[in-house]
Amino acid sequence: MSEITRRTALRAAAGLLAAPALVERAGAQQAFDWKRFKGEKVEVSLTANPRSALLLKHQPEFEELTGIKVGAEQIPEQQHRQKFVIEFASGRPSFDVIGISLHVNKRQVGRAKWCADLRPMIQDAALTAPDFDFADFGKGAVAYSTQADGRMDTLPEFTDYFILYYNKDLLAAKNIALPRTFDELYAAAKALTDPSKQQYGFVGRGLRNANVVLWTSFLLGTSQRDTVSADRKLLTDTADAVWAGEMYQKLMRDCAPPGSIGFNWNECQTTFMQGRAAFWIDGVGFAAPLEDKTRSRVAGKVGYGVVPAGPAHHNCCMFGTGLGVSEQSSRKEPAWYYVQWAVNKTNQLRFLTSGAGAPARSSPFRNEEAIKDSRFPREFFDTLVKSASIARPGLPEIVPVTEFRDTIGAALTNMVGGADPAAELKRATEAFRPVLEQSERAT
Amino acid sequence: MGNSAAALPNSTAVAAPGRRRNYARHYGWFIVPAGAVVLAVILFPWAFTLFMSAHDWKIGGGRLYVGLENYRKLFTDERFLWSVLRTLYFTALAVILPMLFGTAAALVFNRRFPLRGLARTIFILPMMATPVAVALVWTMMFHPQLGVLNWLLTQLGLPPSMWVYDARTVIPTLVLVEVWHWTPLVMLIVLGGLASLPVDPYEAAKIDGASAWQAFRHITLPLLMPFLVVALIIRTIDALKAFDTIYVITQGGPGTSSETINIFLYLQGFAYYNMGYASAVVVVFFALIVSLAALLLWTRNRVRSA
Repeated sequence: MSEITRRTALRAAAGLLAAPALVERAGAQQAFDWKRFKGEKVEVSLTANPRSALLLKHQPEFEELTGIKVGAEQIPEQQHRQKFVIEFASGRPSFDVIGISLHVNKRQVGRAKWCADLRPMIQDAALTAPDFDFADFGKGAVAYSTQADGRMDTLPEFTDYFILYYNKDLLAAKNIALPRTFDELYAAAKALTDPSKQQYGFVGRGLRNANVVLWTSFLLGTSQRDTVSADRKLLTDTADAVWAGEMYQKLMRDCAPPGSIGFNWNECQTTFMQGRAAFWIDGVGFAAPLEDKTRSRVAGKVGYGVVPAGPAHHNCCMFGTGLGVSEQSSRKEPAWYYVQWAVNKTNQLRFLTSGAGAPARSSPFRNEEAIKDSRFPREFFDTLVKSASIARPGLPEIVPVTEFRDTIGAALTNMVGGADPAAELKRATEAFRPVLEQSERAT
Repeated sequence: MGNSAAALPNSTAVAAPGRRRNYARHYGWFIVPAGAVVLAVILFPWAFTLFMSAHDWKIGGGRLYVGLENYRKLFTDERFLWSVLRTLYFTALAVILPMLFGTAAALVFNRRFPLRGLARTIFILPMMATPVAVALVWTMMFHPQLGVLNWLLTQLGLPPSMWVYDARTVIPTLVLVEVWHWTPLVMLIVLGGLASLPVDPYEAAKIDGASAWQAFRHITLPLLMPFLVVALIIRTIDALKAFDTIYVITQGGPGTSSETINIFLYLQGFAYYNMGYASAVVVVFFALIVSLAALLLWTRNRVRSA
C-alpha cells in the first residue's frame, strides 16, 4: 500500500495549480495567434517591382506583428525566374516564400509541385487570421492561382490587366472619340500620326518576346481568343491569328514611331510620357510614372480606357503574380504567416492607391475614401473594374512559355518589317509545335 | 651537352631515376590539393558538360540519354547557324576596328604635344567603365526619337538613324559600343610597344633618306608586330565572349538579328532551361574558340620566328 508522502502531495498540488495554464495553452493551439512563431525567421524571394518594394517597405509591420524575422530579396524579373527555377530544381531552395509570375511559371511550378498546397492552411483556423477573408479575392484571380488538378499553390497577389492609355490633349485637338473597336483604334491612330511633328498615333511593344502580349490582346477579340486549344494544340496560324497579326502589323507599321520593333514597355512608356504617342496598350502597373509631374509631360492628361473590342469578343489580357510557400521549406507555417500578411487588405489597398498595380482582392476597389484620395482619376479605377470583368489569360498555360514568346515574337517583329503575317505565323507555328509536343509528352 | 653527360659518373646516372621515384613518393602528395582544385573546377565541369550534352535534359523535367542527337540538331538549327555567322561578323568588326583606331591613337599619343597626359587619360576612360552601365547609357542615347545621337545627327543636317532598332544597323551599332569601350586597351598595348622600340633603326633610316611612311611600314610595324598580335588575341577573345553589352542593349533583337552564340546559349540554358542542348552549344563554341586561339598562337609563333 502506498503512502501519501509530503513530496507526492506537493507534486499533486503543483499539478493542480498548473492545470489552468495547460488548458489555456491547449486552447491557444486552436485559436489563431500572430505571435505563435515569434523568434523564427523566413526567407522571401520576390521579383523587383513596385509591389515588392511596398512589401519590403512595410516589412517592419509584419516583424512587429509576429516577431518573425524576414530576410527578403527582390531581383529583376528575368534573373529572378532563373534563380528560383534553378533553386527549386536543386531540391534545396534558399527561400521559404516565393513570388511567381503566374503567366510564365504557373504550369512549371505546378507540374513539379515545387510549392505547397495552401488550401489546408487557409482552412486551418489556427493558422489563418480570422480577418483574412478568403472570399474577398476575385474569382478570376483565385482561378488563375489554382492549378488544373485543383491545388492552390500560390495566393494571388496582383492581377495585371492590359488597358488603353490615351493622351487626352492629342485626341481633343483632332476631336477624336475614344475608340470602341480595334478597327476604330487603327483609324484614330492613323489620323493622329504626324511624323513631321514626331507625333505618333500608337506605341506598343515591338521587341521580340515582349510583343506577343500585344498580339494576344488583338487575338482575344476574335472568335478563337486563345493561342492554345483546351487539349494544348497550337492555334497560332489560324485565320483569327492572322487577323490579329495583320492588326499588329498595321498599327506598328503605320502608326508607331520608327524603331519600335526594339521597344519593350519601358521605351513605350518613355514615348508616351513625352507626349509623342496618342494611344498605348499595356499593363495597368505602368500607370504610376505617367502621373508623376516631375517625370511625365502628360501627367494629368492621361486617359484610361478598356482595351477595344475585336470582331467577335471584348476581352483584355490578364497576367498575374502569386505568392507561394516552398514545399521544401521546414518553416512552412511561419512562411504562410508572411504570405497572408503580404496579401492582406491593407497591403492590397496600398497596391491600388499607389498605382503599383491592380490587387487580387476586390475590397480595395470598394474603398471609396482611399480612391478619392488617390492621385489617380476616377476613370483609372473604373477602367480596372471593367477590365476585371472582361479579363482572360494573355498567355497560354504551358511550360515553355518563354520559348513560345520568343518564337512567335520573332515572327511579329518580321511582320513589322513587312513580312506576310500568314507566312510568318505558319513558320513560327511549325517551329514551336515540336517544342510544345515534347513538353506535353513530358507532362 | 652530350659530352658532359657522358662524363658523369655511372653511379649518378643510375641513381637519378631512383632518387626521382623517392622524391615523387615523398613529395608527390604536395600536388594533391592543386590537382583536386583542377579536378573540381576544370575537369569535372567539362566532363559534366559533355555528359549533359548527350542528354535531353530540362531543368524541372526529366533526363533522357540521346547520344549525339543534340549535336545533330544543332547543325540543322538555322537559328544556331545564324548565330554563329553573326558572332563571326561581330567579332571581325569588333577586332579590326579597335586594332586600327587603337594603333593610330597610340602613334598619336607617342608624339609629344601639349596636354598629352590629360588627353591620354581622357582617352582611356571608357575602358574603366562597367560594361552594363555603359550599355544602359548607350541604350538611352540610341533611342530613335528621344536619344541624343539622333539629335546630334539632325543638328548636323544628317538623317536620323535607327541604330539598334533596325535589323540592318544593329550589329554595326553594337560594334560602335565595343570600339568606344575597347579601343583604349589596344592603344595602351601598342603604346607600350612603341615606348620599347630602339632608336637606332630610325636614325639609320633617316640617314638613308626614308620617308615617315617607309619608316613606319618597314621599321615600326615589324617591330610592333608581337605587341599587335597580343592585342589581337586579347581583342578576339573579348569579342567572342561579348555578352553583357549585347544582352542589355538588344537582348538579341530586333527579332534575332543580334543573337550571337552567347545570347543563343544563354536563352537555351536559362530561359528555355534546355540544359542538354545548351551544353552541346558550349562544346561547339569551345571548339570554335580553341580553333581560333590556336590559329592566333600559330600566327604569333610565325611572327616571332620571322
